[in-house]
Amino acid sequence: MYDVAVIGAGVIGAAVARELTKYDIKVVVLERENDVSCGTTKANSAIVHAGYDAPYGSNKGKFNAWGNRIFGEVCEALNVPFDRTGSLVCAFSEEDLLTLEALKRNGELLEIPNLEIIDQAALRAIEPNISENAIAALYAPTAGITEPWELTIAYIENAMDNGAELKLNFEVKAIENKVNFYTISDGNEQIEAKYVVNAAGVYADQIYRMVCDTPEFTIAPRRGQYYLLDKSAKGHVKTVVFPCPSKAGKGTLVVPTVDGNLLIGPDSEDLDNSQKEATETTLERLDLVKQLANQLIQNIPFRENITTFAGLRAEPSTGDFIIGFSKVAGFYNLAGMKSPGLSSAPAIGVHVAEEIATVLSAQSRVGFEPNRRKRLKFEHLNDIQRQALIKENPAYGRVICRCEMITEGEIVDAIHRNCGGTTLNGIKRRVRPGAGRCQGGFCGPRVMEILARELDVEMESICQEGQASHILIGKTKSL
Amino acid sequence: MNYDIVVIGGGPAGLASAIEAHKKGVSSILVIERDRELGGILQQCIHNGFGLHIFREELTGPEYAERFIEALKAMGIEYKLDTMVLEIGEDKCIKAMNEIDGFMSIKAKAIILAMGCRERTRGAIAIPGTRPAGVFSAGTAQRYLNMEGYMVGKRVVILGSGDIGLIMARRMTLEGAKVLAVAELMPYSGGLTRNIVQCLNDFDIPLLLSHTVTEIKGKDRVSSVVVSKVDAHMKPIAGTEVEYECDTLLLSVGLIPENELSKQAGVEIDPRTSGPIVNESMETTVEGIFACGNVVHVHDLVDFVTAESNRAGANAAKYVIESRKKAFSVINTYSNEGITYIVPQYIRFENLEDKFNLFMRVKKVYHNAKMVVKADGVTIKEFKKNHMAPGEMENLVLEKSLLNESIKSLTVEVIKEVV
Repeated sequence: MYDVAVIGAGVIGAAVARELTKYDIKVVVLERENDVSCGTTKANSAIVHAGYDAPYGSNKGKFNAWGNRIFGEVCEALNVPFDRTGSLVCAFSEEDLLTLEALKRNGELLEIPNLEIIDQAALRAIEPNISENAIAALYAPTAGITEPWELTIAYIENAMDNGAELKLNFEVKAIENKVNFYTISDGNEQIEAKYVVNAAGVYADQIYRMVCDTPEFTIAPRRGQYYLLDKSAKGHVKTVVFPCPSKAGKGTLVVPTVDGNLLIGPDSEDLDNSQKEATETTLERLDLVKQLANQLIQNIPFRENITTFAGLRAEPSTGDFIIGFSKVAGFYNLAGMKSPGLSSAPAIGVHVAEEIATVLSAQSRVGFEPNRRKRLKFEHLNDIQRQALIKENPAYGRVICRCEMITEGEIVDAIHRNCGGTTLNGIKRRVRPGAGRCQGGFCGPRVMEILARELDVEMESICQEGQASHILIGKTKSL
Repeated sequence: MNYDIVVIGGGPAGLASAIEAHKKGVSSILVIERDRELGGILQQCIHNGFGLHIFREELTGPEYAERFIEALKAMGIEYKLDTMVLEIGEDKCIKAMNEIDGFMSIKAKAIILAMGCRERTRGAIAIPGTRPAGVFSAGTAQRYLNMEGYMVGKRVVILGSGDIGLIMARRMTLEGAKVLAVAELMPYSGGLTRNIVQCLNDFDIPLLLSHTVTEIKGKDRVSSVVVSKVDAHMKPIAGTEVEYECDTLLLSVGLIPENELSKQAGVEIDPRTSGPIVNESMETTVEGIFACGNVVHVHDLVDFVTAESNRAGANAAKYVIESRKKAFSVINTYSNEGITYIVPQYIRFENLEDKFNLFMRVKKVYHNAKMVVKADGVTIKEFKKNHMAPGEMENLVLEKSLLNESIKSLTVEVIKEVV
């Protein structure tokens, strides 16, 4: 019997799981995919909002501001990249200026520090490539960029280091309320838990319906499409650059990533409630993203594009984050975690863990290790450190990914940690081989070889992502 | 570590340049190769057709490579495998590393860049749809098949009619897979005519010109791709979609010279070739750094790579032993009507051999046309061409005697013959 079962290993579920392990609480995380961080968490703008945007008095407002405040210390402990680049919301009209004023006032109510409206000259000084039509901007120095999947992987890894369990490929099919506990089944395996935390992203409404006939909310997918440009585009913008927000969201933005790429997107497309798997990109929408981004920033080098992708935001019918114990006893909902979900995740984790620890009367756990073992990034070492490292472990002397300068030592480490990578995409999310300009053309076969060797499986059984996403279909002369 | 010449890349370009430099009297040479064996991409090109120009016989890729590898070993030229160059610093100091030697600083008098090229990806051309397994660049699939011994799929659509795509259409078919179609965005193929005949026509594989893939479907593995006709502006035409049920999409949509190291070394890049600007000696804009092969511009015939690399190797040797003539007269080459680019981008009259080559590509398909070479606007030579296509590199041989020290520019243009 677990104390708590967390459904969903996106950034929200992962943050909750890790914070729960600060207490004497037995935690299991159930994830339907073959890896953590495979839903909304892997396809979003990867930014930490300053927090001026969500209305004062809302859950979004509260948790965004709080999340941003503690983001740095969380990333420090978990060894996750985080850079407070600052953000700019750009105004193009007199009407937009009023929006900036309103955002600033709202931000000040939420105690977002150092908000400032800057004029065209100051804006251009920060972002020389800004559209000539931009006349002013709201500058928020505390906004930043991070790596959402690495944060999620790090949260789960640290939770596991502290005793939590992770069950992958566990798609919750049925939940039974046994009054004092729940049974949760994926059709093969059944687990028992006293409390359930529903962090199932776009599926949170379906999961809730398994225990509640009269749910208070539904979750609709809202799709956003992106371009990711090569590191050669580094420096085209230095901050998170937004247009003015509208009903459809915060708009199409142009953002640097922590790895030095340029990220452009998203658009905003409301899909039918049933389209919860519709992560495909489309020609028309990609064109739209290009067009919107070009209105914001000049001379974006789209020819340097290395990939395009789409993500689904979980759009709640209530308009705000749904956070708290539901009307079904022992069932905790964390639903509608659209933007600023990533920014809020650290705060939501702390808040939920406190609430659940209280009802469980759980004590702080002795020996909790807050720090994740550091990930060595060969590229960032100086020559002397490199020399010493290769001497100590020659696998760090063999470069596998030439675009991102990733060594075999880093890949082997990423496989053997808690919550280690077992797929090509899993390794890419953890240490980036294949995330560069050749998109795995050169390193793919090498990474597969390392995975097969380290996991002691055949090459043919290595998958790209899900359990049925095999890359090779057999040996030659087998057809 | 100190060497007279360090060659970065042990493919056909690197091998030929090292051997030629050795022949010209330099013995302190190091070849650095990032793969586990010498020979580069030739090792996975197990089909024949290599060497017709250089050896007057038809070899497979590995056979062609082997001749150079044996020559290199016979000369005792040093090489390091599984070794990555991280940086080319000032004073031609190279940082490299591998598992055995660890981290190395290597000082060179001259450097030859021979890193080759990489394939354009799905992302580079932003094909819409899902992101399942089963989408490969043709060269990666070729590696899995020919070097590692694995099949990548059973029912295949190929986008792009570059040579690797054509070769892979035949290779997959021979291996028992069904290749449904090759779609090509342009109204002409990007590959060699002989490959279209031998790899598609002989196997009844349709080549769909002016078509592209407009959607990839499938969650875990490719389940189908949608192919659409495109208009004159290469935009998909609504209503022309045909869906092919398949498990694999191979991409042969272009090659890009790999010049991250070159840029970082301060070498100037020609945006038309995506390779270093070079002169008649295959020397880049940084003195003593030479370049040859696909890192300079993408070739379709390895024989031309060898010839070009011989020139780079010979001139690197001359540079090291300081036997170069003083050169003052710079003649720039310009591509005019119908020409995409010319390599070399400039030549120095004093350094020319009696005959020299201009490599170039035409912008579209031409029949019964002529190529006109002008020096400072005056025609000095014409070449009649029955057939020219962007997929086939043109190689014009000119005589030094046609030029003199005072000439400033050489232009090449295509003129359609009036029939």
